[in-house]
Amino acid sequence: MTNKTNSSDAVNRVWKFFTSVKLTVVILLSLAVTSIIGTVIPQSGTASEYFHKYGELRYKILSFLDSIFDIFDMYHSWWFQILLLLLTINIIICSIDRMKATWKIIFVKIPRFNVSRFRRLEDKKEFSDKRTPDELKQIYKPVLSRSYGYSRIEQTDSGFCLFAEKWRWTRLGVYIVHLSIILMLLGSLIGSIFGFEGFVNIPEGESAKKINLRNTTEMHLLDFEIKCEDFSLSFYDSGAPKEYRSSLVIIENGKPVLKKDIIVNDPLRYKGINIFQSSYGTLAPSEVTLSFTIRETGMEYKKKAVINKPVDMPEGLGTFLIKDYSSSAGFKGHNIGEAFMGILTKKTGNPVNIMLPLRFPSFDKMRKGDVIIAVASHNHRYYTGLQVTKDPGVWVVYSGFILMIIGCFVTFFMSHQRLCIEVTGNGNHSMVMVAGTSNKNKIGMQRKIEILSEKLEKLIQSNEEKE
Amino acid sequence: MNSSIILSVTTFVYGLAAFLYIVSWVFKKEAPGKLALWTAVLGLAGNTAGIILRWIESYRLGIGHAPLSNLYESLVFFSWTILLIYLFVERKYKNRTIGAFVTPLAFFAMAYASLHNNSIQPLIPALKSNWLIAHVITCFIGYAAFAIAFGTSCMYLIKKRDTEGKSPLLKKFPTANILDELTYQMIMLGFLFLSIGIITGAVWANSAWGRYWGWDPKETWSLITWFVYATLLHAKMMRGWHGKRIAYLSIAGFAAVLFTYFGVNLLPGLHSYGAMGQ
Ligand code: HEM
Repeated sequence: MTNKTNSSDAVNRVWKFFTSVKLTVVILLSLAVTSIIGTVIPQSGTASEYFHKYGELRYKILSFLDSIFDIFDMYHSWWFQILLLLLTINIIICSIDRMKATWKIIFVKIPRFNVSRFRRLEDKKEFSDKRTPDELKQIYKPVLSRSYGYSRIEQTDSGFCLFAEKWRWTRLGVYIVHLSIILMLLGSLIGSIFGFEGFVNIPEGESAKKINLRNTTEMHLLDFEIKCEDFSLSFYDSGAPKEYRSSLVIIENGKPVLKKDIIVNDPLRYKGINIFQSSYGTLAPSEVTLSFTIRETGMEYKKKAVINKPVDMPEGLGTFLIKDYSSSAGFKGHNIGEAFMGILTKKTGNPVNIMLPLRFPSFDKMRKGDVIIAVASHNHRYYTGLQVTKDPGVWVVYSGFILMIIGCFVTFFMSHQRLCIEVTGNGNHSMVMVAGTSNKNKIGMQRKIEILSEKLEKLIQSNEEKE
Repeated sequence: MNSSIILSVTTFVYGLAAFLYIVSWVFKKEAPGKLALWTAVLGLAGNTAGIILRWIESYRLGIGHAPLSNLYESLVFFSWTILLIYLFVERKYKNRTIGAFVTPLAFFAMAYASLHNNSIQPLIPALKSNWLIAHVITCFIGYAAFAIAFGTSCMYLIKKRDTEGKSPLLKKFPTANILDELTYQMIMLGFLFLSIGIITGAVWANSAWGRYWGWDPKETWSLITWFVYATLLHAKMMRGWHGKRIAYLSIAGFAAVLFTYFGVNLLPGLHSYGAMGQ
C-alpha cells in the first residue's frame, strides 16, 4: 500500500516538475546560450583543420572537451539531444495538463455567462436610451448575431441581457504551436534514422551508383545509377556565375527511366531520393594541342598531346611530357587557375619543369628558352558535384511548419471574446451597459467595446431621425 | 532620377524626421511633431519609390530581380518596414514620443546601407528562388517589429526609473502599461514573422541544397533569436516576470537580431559559408 502511494507520489512529482513554465524558460534559455558555442567553434571540421586553426595547446584542450561534450559536433551531442528531449517532454506534459481545463471551456453546449462579472469590469460603457428594452432588443439582436458566432438573450426582471461570444476555439492555438514543435522534432528524428545525406562527383559522360555519406567515410549504394550526360556553366558579363546545369539521366536495370536538367534550386527527385546541383569542378582535359614557337625564327608548330606521353618537339629540339594537371595551380603564392605541368627534356642538359597556365598563354616566354611552349587548345571536361539526400521525415517537418504558422497567428491575433449588453428599463427610458472580455489583447477588446457602444448609440439616433 | 539618388535623399528625410520627433518630445511642442509625422510619411513615400524604381532598373539592366538580394537592399527594405509599422502604431496609439525612439533606427539602417555597395548585381544561382523573396520579406518584417519593441522597451525602462513621475520629459510618454502592452504586441508580430522567415529559409535551403537545416552560424543565430523571444513569451506567464524583466529580454532579443544580421560574418569558420557551387 505505502509503496503504491509512494510511487504515485513520485510520478506526481515528476509530472508536476514537467508542467512548470519555469522549466520551459530555463530550457529555452539554455538552448539559446549553448547554441552559441557551435557558432564560435566551427563544427564538423577535420582534426588537421582544427590543429591548424587553434595551434597545439588550444587544440589539445578543445579536443579533450570534444571527447566528453562533442563540442566539434555539438548539435548532435548527447547533452544537446537531452535538452531537446527535455523540451519535448515539457511541451507534451504541460500541454496535456492545461488541455484538460481548456477542453472544458471550449466544449460546452451552452456557454455560461455571469452578468455580475461583466458589471464589475472597469472599462464597460453605459448610456441611456429613450426607448423601451423590448424595442431595443429588436434593434440590437441582428447587429450582434452578424459579428458574433453565438448569441442569446435572457430576460431579466426589468429588461434583458444579450450575451454573445466568438472564437472560443482559438484557445486551442497554443496547442497547435506546441504540436508543431513536436512534429518538427519528430520529422527530423525520422530523417536522421531513415534518411541519409551524401554527395557524389560525376564526370561528364559517366555515371555513378555509390555516393559518399557526409561526415563519415562510408559509402551508400543506390538502387539506380545517375548518369551525367553534360555539365555546363554560364557567366554574367561581370564574370559572376549565372547558372550551373547538369543533364542527368536516371538508369535503372540498364534502362534510362528519367531524364532531367537540374540547376541550383531545381533538383531531381526519384523514388524518394533528391539530387541537387551542389558544386562542380574541372577534370584534366583528355586532349591537348600544344604550340611550340621557335624564338629565333618565330616559326610555330602545333602538336597533339596526352598526359604522360612524351611528344617529340619540332626541329629535333628534344621531347616534352605533360606530367600533371591542376585546376588551381599556384605561382609565387597566387592562384593562377587551371594549368598543366610538364617536363622539357633537351638533347643536352638537365630536364626543366615547365608550367603552362591556361589563362596566360604567353607565360612560358618568361623562361627565355629557345622554344616557347603554350597550350593552343584543349577540350574542357567538367565533373558535376551532386548532393544526394533522402529524408522521409521532411513532410512531417513541413506539416509542423504549416501548423506553427497557423498556430502562432491564431494565438497572437485571435482571441476568445465575450460580450454582454444589459438593458434595464427605467420608466420609459432604458439604461444600456456594454461590456466584454477576451482572453488576449485586453486593450484591443477595450477599444472594440468603445466602438460598439458608440455604434449602438448612433443606431438609435439614426432611427430617431428617420421618424 | 535613379533609385540611388532617391534612396540617399530618403536617408536624409528620415534623419530629419527623427530629429523633429526628438525635438517635439524634448521641447514638448506640437508643431514639430506634426511636421515630423509628415516628414516621416514623405520619407516612406521616397523609400517606396526607391524600392520600386530599383526593381524596374534591374529589369532594364536585363538582370531583373526583386531588390532583396544583398545587404544594401535588405537594409533599405528594413527601414521601409520599420516606418510602415511605426506609422500604424502612431495612428493607433496617438503618441509621437515613440517616434523619437523608433525613427532613428530607420535612419541608422539607411545610413549604414549607404556605406555599402549599392550597384545592382545579377543573382548568383543559389539566390534564384521565389523562396528567397518570401524569406527576406518575412524576416525583415519580423526584425522591424522587434526593432520597434526594442524602442518601446527602452522607453518602458526609462519610464520606470522615474518612480515619482517627476521628470517633465516623460510627461508625454504613454503609460508604462501601454508601453508594456505595445512591446508585447510588437513581439508577437515579430515572432510570427521570424517564424515564417526561418521556415521559408528552411524550405529554400531544402530546395537548393537538399537539407532544410544545417546548423550554419546564420541559421543557428536566427534560431537563438527565436529561442530568446520564445523565452520571453513564456516568461510573461510566470509571476514576477512582468515589466522590467520582459523589457530586458526584449532588448537582449534585439541584440540577437542585430548579431544574426551583422555579427555572424565576424565569426570564425573553417569553410566560407554561402559561397555556393565554388
Ligand atoms: C520552442 C518551444 C516553444 C514554443 C515556440 C512555444 C510557443 C508558445 C507560444 C507562441 C505561446 C503563446 C504565448 C502567448 O500567449 O503569447 C505559448 C504558450 C504557452 N506555452 Fe509554449 N512554446 C514552446 C515550448 C513550451 C514548453 C516546453 C512548454 C511547457 C511547459 C510550454 C508551455 C506553454 C504554456 C503553458 C503556454 C500558455 C498557454 C495558455 O495560455 O494557456 N511551451 N507557447
